[in-house]
Amino acid sequence: MLSKDQIAQRIAQELQNNWYVNLGIGIPTLIANHVPKDVNVVFQSENGILGMGPFPYEGEEDADLINAGKQTITAMPGAVIFDSATSFAMIRGQHINLTVLGAMEVSDQGDIANWKIPGRMVKGMGGAMDLVASAENIIVAMMHTNKRGQSKLLRQCSLPLTGVKCVKKVVTNLAVLDITDKGFKLLERAPGVTVEEIEKATAGRLIVEGDIPEMEL
Amino acid sequence: MDKRVENAKAACEGIESNMTLMLGGFGLCGIPENCITELVKKNVNGLTCISNNAGVDDFGLGLLLQKKQIKKMISSYVGENDEFERQMLSGELEVDLIPQGSLAARCYAGGAGMPAFFTPAGFGTEVGEGKEVRWFNGKPHLLESALTADFAIVKAWKGDRFGNLIYKGTARNFNPMMAMAGRITIAEVEELVEPGELDPNFIHTPGVFVQRIFQGKDYEKRIEQRTIRQRES
Repeated sequence: MLSKDQIAQRIAQELQNNWYVNLGIGIPTLIANHVPKDVNVVFQSENGILGMGPFPYEGEEDADLINAGKQTITAMPGAVIFDSATSFAMIRGQHINLTVLGAMEVSDQGDIANWKIPGRMVKGMGGAMDLVASAENIIVAMMHTNKRGQSKLLRQCSLPLTGVKCVKKVVTNLAVLDITDKGFKLLERAPGVTVEEIEKATAGRLIVEGDIPEMEL
Repeated sequence: MDKRVENAKAACEGIESNMTLMLGGFGLCGIPENCITELVKKNVNGLTCISNNAGVDDFGLGLLLQKKQIKKMISSYVGENDEFERQMLSGELEVDLIPQGSLAARCYAGGAGMPAFFTPAGFGTEVGEGKEVRWFNGKPHLLESALTADFAIVKAWKGDRFGNLIYKGTARNFNPMMAMAGRITIAEVEELVEPGELDPNFIHTPGVFVQRIFQGKDYEKRIEQRTIRQRES
């Protein structure tokens, strides 16, 4: 079973040279720590920066330089800052190559829910609806089951949707899965996790074809 | 041309209860701190506030929420404010949550004289309920309308008496679009400079969008999530 940091590490392997990448709050943020040395990517944060760098050293925090998670950040050489309309023009106009975000639920058709639990938690969608509606390439980083052990990979989402038929790939603490017309296609197992365990933890349709390799970290 | 006013009190003259206000900022970054303090003092209520976030419990728009001065919030993300969530879940506060990119575009459209536009964001979700759907290039899009406000209140780094503004870092965020969309736009700046000091090539908000400007004071610039990395030894 993978830790959250290892989920990020696995997704970092998907990064390709010269990509512009938007990382959501939570597990996706950790991906920036695992970019392969020979890969150059530029991180976008939707509050208005391309070329987001690592967190600042103590004493160098700047209240006027934050990411979409409201964390203090730094700007890389070549970074650019812009307003929110321009930021979402990049997103809506499909100029960003990869979007990684977290989810409360994903359906086997690629629907995603991550912004609201009716009557209990309403934080808002932030930029997530714009991101999932427009991005060509969306990876969801999430735990396979919730705290009560129930699957978060479902036939249909039970929570209000953030977007429909948009997620392409899911990386969880148990597996890497593609979303196809016929459901979740199991691509890789986390180290030490069996296919049976993944089947048991997946409520949506799961396609298992041939030997499923263990992922390499 | 001289749009300078003395202070936040003079800038906020004419703001009355039940008006619609736009307030720039993302989280606590780039918020008009001086005018928010003035609105609390002024004790106007029944406000509709258009702002990406709602501050935190004891800062930013949270100060207006505490005093129940806000009737309705139009925002994209409100996760940092417990009082907000309480008022919303109990039904005391009306809330219209809209996708962040649509919020930015709706403010821009309001300022740019475009009554509506189509966007893919929110199709198939609660956000799309009751909205006109039209297909372009094989994809469904929602018709979204422009937003304007009685007053837009923005915060900039530097400005001059023409109302020209430059923002600093990610404190820019929603400020430029909201500056465009106010019937009256108030700009509070950290530094009011002489005309000509700002390089015309690098002005973010042209003064034509701004009606009142003043130099704010005592900026706290609170950091919401102070995150640092360790120095390699």
